[in-house]
Amino acid sequence: MSMFQRLLAAFASGFALLALIFDFASTEGAPLPVWEFPVVGVFLVLALLSLARFRLALSYWIDGGLAALGAIGLIMALDTLQQGEPGYWFALVSAWLFAWLFAERLSSAISADKVREVAGVLIPVVFGLTIVVAWEAITRGGNVPKVLLPSPSGIWTSLIDNIPKIAADFQQTFLKAVLAGYVLGCGAGFLVAIAIDRSPFLKRGLLPLGNFISALPLIGIAPIMVMWFGFDWPSKAAVVVIMTFFPMLVNTVAGLNVAGHMERDLMRTYASGYWSTLFKLRLPAAAPFIFNALKINSTLALIGAIVAEFFGTPIVGMGFRISSEIGKLNVEMVWAEIAVAALAGSVFYWVVALIERAVTFWHPSVRGGRA
Amino acid sequence: MVEAKGLGLTFKTADGDVVALSDVNLDIKRGEFVSFIGPSGCGKTTFLRVIADLEQPTSGSITVNGTSPADARVNRSYGYVFQAPALFPWRTIEKNVALPLEIMGYSEAERRERIARTMKLVNLDGFEKKFPWQLSGGMQQRASIARALAFDADLLLMDEPFGALDEIVRDHLNSELLKLWASTRKTIAFVTHSIPEAVYLSTKIVVMSPRPGRVTDIIESTLPAERPLEIRETPEFLEIAHRVREGLRAGHSYEV
Repeated sequence: MSMFQRLLAAFASGFALLALIFDFASTEGAPLPVWEFPVVGVFLVLALLSLARFRLALSYWIDGGLAALGAIGLIMALDTLQQGEPGYWFALVSAWLFAWLFAERLSSAISADKVREVAGVLIPVVFGLTIVVAWEAITRGGNVPKVLLPSPSGIWTSLIDNIPKIAADFQQTFLKAVLAGYVLGCGAGFLVAIAIDRSPFLKRGLLPLGNFISALPLIGIAPIMVMWFGFDWPSKAAVVVIMTFFPMLVNTVAGLNVAGHMERDLMRTYASGYWSTLFKLRLPAAAPFIFNALKINSTLALIGAIVAEFFGTPIVGMGFRISSEIGKLNVEMVWAEIAVAALAGSVFYWVVALIERAVTFWHPSVRGGRA
Repeated sequence: MVEAKGLGLTFKTADGDVVALSDVNLDIKRGEFVSFIGPSGCGKTTFLRVIADLEQPTSGSITVNGTSPADARVNRSYGYVFQAPALFPWRTIEKNVALPLEIMGYSEAERRERIARTMKLVNLDGFEKKFPWQLSGGMQQRASIARALAFDADLLLMDEPFGALDEIVRDHLNSELLKLWASTRKTIAFVTHSIPEAVYLSTKIVVMSPRPGRVTDIIESTLPAERPLEIRETPEFLEIAHRVREGLRAGHSYEV
């Protein structure tokens, strides 16, 4: 163990000791001692015993186990206690330090090649779980008002209770507006890029126009699109088209120019025509640029569709739900929609990135080789 | 095969005109192996590019295979090998060799037969399914030669194809190229800046000098058709190499 890891271990056990000394929690003003919560008690005692690590070698799995035990105990304790007292917070810090120590030791074991790379997935998972546990403990143990920050369990309950509503919102915003707008916007950007490439006249006319469209403020065009295309999803799809068009246009135009002089000369020696050179050389060479635009647009499209729903919409849609539930101070529902949007955006991005890896497998940035 | 008369090419640049070729008269006969040698800027690559219709001459005349270079290009009457392999990284080696065949509209069966034949010709059989970045530089350049041979043009234009390779690989590829030339009876125009390479390979050596790019000497090789690598130590070989060196020095005399 490094000096830093020793320090983490000492502090983790130290905070466990403090948790045992101070008042643990209270309910209706009456103190609740720590032995009312056996799982936390076991965790704190084992945490103290782990000081034996300075005499014996303890595996990092023990630290991971301690962190998990502490987390479970502290979350279970929330059901009986009303207010966390200093002991509760010291126990939380102790569990958090054990999780940190576990991640530290695991990552140094990975860099020393002692465990397989697969175990590396554990580190972000531990990181994410730590945040959720701390969030839950602080909001409920500290009685944070729901309007400020609801607890993860509250958000989850709200999500489960409103599945039909959220599913309808998801269908309206993501499956209709986002996907239709994304396909149309990216497709139009791509086709205009090829038209520009084909004709120098269009290059002078269309590129500045595309630039102009991209500079239009979303807040300004969304109401106009509602006037043009009505309240339902087509107006949101139109906003998405405008948002995704320009990144695709610029990236494709740039990508079509990356094929080298020698490769172009080679195609010329074969007396290859414009289209055959385009499909066999220039488009494959442009693929990394085109996928770049597809990835940027996958997140832009979702933002555009949600924000556009703030400017007139039927009574369904993720943006509509966020703006109407926040008006009712139903913050848990707002967070549930945000969670679904974040998840959908990440999955969308991840799918595009996966296709990119399959298509541009040959590119040095994907295969990890030299150029 | 190639006939140039009074050929000249002047590039117009921002700093004024640059004369790349001036009054080049040259005759390449069918079945010859002609090397172009000279310092950089002597116009040897430019001349090759004029034959390939990649540059347009500004004066004089040139015919390739009895037609203008533009027609020769459209008729696919030459194969061009560049300084770098210029293989497409998203295609396997066999797909790279198939590239000109696809563009020229060969049938699937014909393509397969030609790929197999040319891959064997350059000793790359067994590497068909590899990607270019999985092969060494020498193998990549062999694949690019296979690609130039695949559609069976009579004329092969090679622009310093082995310039980027180390000497051991280069020696090996040179002797393979000679064998290939003997078995296919193609006409080869070969640009190089290596004297031993030019003397070893060629039936005719064209010595060029820069500013303006022009031909200073044309040497017909007296070496036999059969050339083992050891031939490079014979007095005859050294005699020709000496003459090439003299020609290069003469082109420089007014400068240094």
